[in-house]
Amino acid sequence: MSGYLEIKDSCTGCGICVKTCPVKALSINDSKRAVVSEDCTLCSICVDSCPFESLAVHHSFGGNEEELAKYAGILVLCEMRNGSPDRSTYELLGEARKLSAGEKEVSVLVITDDACDAPEKLIHAGADRVFKAVHKDYKHFSTEPWNTILTQVILKEKPEIVLAAATTTGRDVMPRVSKSLDTGLTADCTELRIDPENGMLMQTRPAFGGNIMATIVCDRTRPQMSTVRPGVMKPLDTDSSRTGTVVDLEVTAEMLKNRSRVLEFIPTEGDEVDITEAEIVISGGRGMNNPENFDLLHELAHLLGGTVGASRAAVDNGWIEYPRQVGQTGKTVQPATYIAVGISGAVQHRVGMQSSDVIYAVNKDRDANIFEFCTEGFVGDLFEIIPALVKEIQKRRK
Amino acid sequence: MKFVVAVKQVPDTAEVRIDPERGTLIRDGVPSIMNPFDAYALEEALKWRDELGGIVTVITMGPPQAEAVLREAISMGADDAILVSDRAFAGADTWATSHTLAAAVTQLGDVDAVFFGKQAIDGDTAQTGPSVAASLDWPQITFIGKVRELNEKQITAERYVETGTQVVQADLPVVVTILKDANVPRVPSLRGKMKSRKAQIPVWGLVDLGLTEEETGLNGSPTKVVVTATPEARTGGQIHEGSTEELVSKLADLLLGEEGGE
Ligand SMILES: Cc1cc2nc3c(=O)[nH]c(=O)nc-3n(C[C@H](O)[C@H](O)[C@H](O)COP(=O)(O)OP(=O)(O)OC[C@H]3O[C@@H](n4cnc5c(N)ncnc54)[C@H](O)[C@@H]3O)c2cc1C
Ligand SMILES: Nc1ncnc2c1ncn2[C@@H]1O[C@H](COP(=O)(O)O)[C@@H](O)[C@H]1O
Repeated sequence: MSGYLEIKDSCTGCGICVKTCPVKALSINDSKRAVVSEDCTLCSICVDSCPFESLAVHHSFGGNEEELAKYAGILVLCEMRNGSPDRSTYELLGEARKLSAGEKEVSVLVITDDACDAPEKLIHAGADRVFKAVHKDYKHFSTEPWNTILTQVILKEKPEIVLAAATTTGRDVMPRVSKSLDTGLTADCTELRIDPENGMLMQTRPAFGGNIMATIVCDRTRPQMSTVRPGVMKPLDTDSSRTGTVVDLEVTAEMLKNRSRVLEFIPTEGDEVDITEAEIVISGGRGMNNPENFDLLHELAHLLGGTVGASRAAVDNGWIEYPRQVGQTGKTVQPATYIAVGISGAVQHRVGMQSSDVIYAVNKDRDANIFEFCTEGFVGDLFEIIPALVKEIQKRRK
Repeated sequence: MKFVVAVKQVPDTAEVRIDPERGTLIRDGVPSIMNPFDAYALEEALKWRDELGGIVTVITMGPPQAEAVLREAISMGADDAILVSDRAFAGADTWATSHTLAAAVTQLGDVDAVFFGKQAIDGDTAQTGPSVAASLDWPQITFIGKVRELNEKQITAERYVETGTQVVQADLPVVVTILKDANVPRVPSLRGKMKSRKAQIPVWGLVDLGLTEEETGLNGSPTKVVVTATPEARTGGQIHEGSTEELVSKLADLLLGEEGGE
């Protein structure tokens, strides 16, 4: 990597950095200022030693082909939930394998207080290498140690692509890493592919409230980094015959440095519904009119073995709880069957459900947007259709 | 205490329409508004200023007309405002935006906390806050649903994450991003409106911030938008109209995977 060491005007010429530099690249000139020679490796050790915060390292590639070519492989950030990798991590591994097309090595980084059998699971799900940093301080996600570890692993391993889930974890730490490494980051991607012409990662994401899909590249710097929307990519089937290597990272004092601490974690109470895992999602919208009518949908969902979702209009009206909201500001679902009941199909809703295998829609307005992209549309009054459908299914099952 | 709030002027995405022929956004006539999430960031800063004393400075990076959101923030109670604006800043991605905003925070000096909205409704990235924190090398707390305590040394806040609530404490100076759960933004007061009309808003450009063209705007952006398109249309779309009986029979066939009834 190329770049330069900046020596700011606040430098007093105290000479502390001269002593700490491992390659003797620093000296103090006649006007009592630090100067840097070409021997500097941009290691940043001096930056932390300076009591006046006068030093900063700036990395740059300037599109240098030779530099870019040093980067290879894909690194995925694993997210742990209750001692196991989260579903989103498996989705990222599935996507990484797809992007690798059998050519790029896929690595995954696990930061946790207890790895349990995560490394094995990750290898079975598509990883070639597992890096793990284990320490009791890593029980809960925290920005600074995660940033330090990720940054160090990336600098050492030089992956061409880094993927993390677009969760509160990925969206917290990845922008930090992007700045630490001075490379680009594309948020909340819903589609990734490699441009066959130049090998670059084409990162597609919704913007302007889902009104538009933008495809973004990071052409001058490496790695190319994306956070990926959970629920969009497909995990691979677990293959217990897959093999890989596990690399233990030594946890250094620097990797524990943290100016914040998690005092407490309060898990969400009750059995939280996870609409992203369901095979059948039946969502109600403003057409449902009131909270009681959602019982109709629950009944249908119960019969079909599915779960109930909602549009934002229904959630904003307080008819149903927010964790069930599908769409841009809710969750992305891709069940085998999605049934939209009394939902108009606004673009912000659509981005959260359009990758479902089949979409059925019930709406009384023939001109509703939803009819433009559903698989099969039913024009009629939901209050007639849904109760009759429940009866019909019960009758046929007898 | 010295608080900074970063606010952004955005097109009202609820009003954005697509040109069906060209697949581009029709931005003409779309009103510009203060990014809705930023009102919560502003309210949080105002609330703690009212309690602890000090000043709230709002900053935005944008074209000259972005000054409107700064005046709106002053009418809501902000003490002063800085418009970060320069031709060189145009076309910035989150890296370049945060690099520039961080330079402005450094220029202000002695800031205790910078408040961000959760995300901007045009870019929807939620990257600017954490990236500014990295530039400043300050700790950060993102996705805050509630600030429990703030004093000269520390902040304690509830982060709303997928599986629950993380209660996090961080040392000042700090960068925070605020969710709409945190508060109810106040409405502009009459006094605030008068003040906002008279307020002098300094403009800080490239030279004022000691930045170069290489590290700002389009030049300083590692990412580039190469294609924009309207969301892919699904095809198929067979529409059934008829009596409830017919519709229900067809739908039951599809759901139960049985043949017939066509
Ligand atoms: C920044 C932003 C983020 C957003 N995020 C989301 C999001 O995450 N998820 C989301 O869903 N929305 C989101 N929205 C809102 C979105 O734009 C729409 O307003 C919302 O999806 C509309 O919900 P709806 O379809 O239920 O209501 P409506 O648009 O009002 O549609 C109701 C439909 O029900 C039909 N209907 C009424 N009565 C009956 C009946 N008896 N039988 C049959 N049909 C009937 C009507 O014909 C109509 O088509 C967002 C908006 C913005 C600006
Ligand atoms: N140009 C800008 N000027 C000031 N603040 C900004 C700007 N862009 C983003 N922000 C702030 O960063 C937050 C996140 O924006 P984004 O990363 O674009 O989703 C917003 O809610 C604002 O608080």
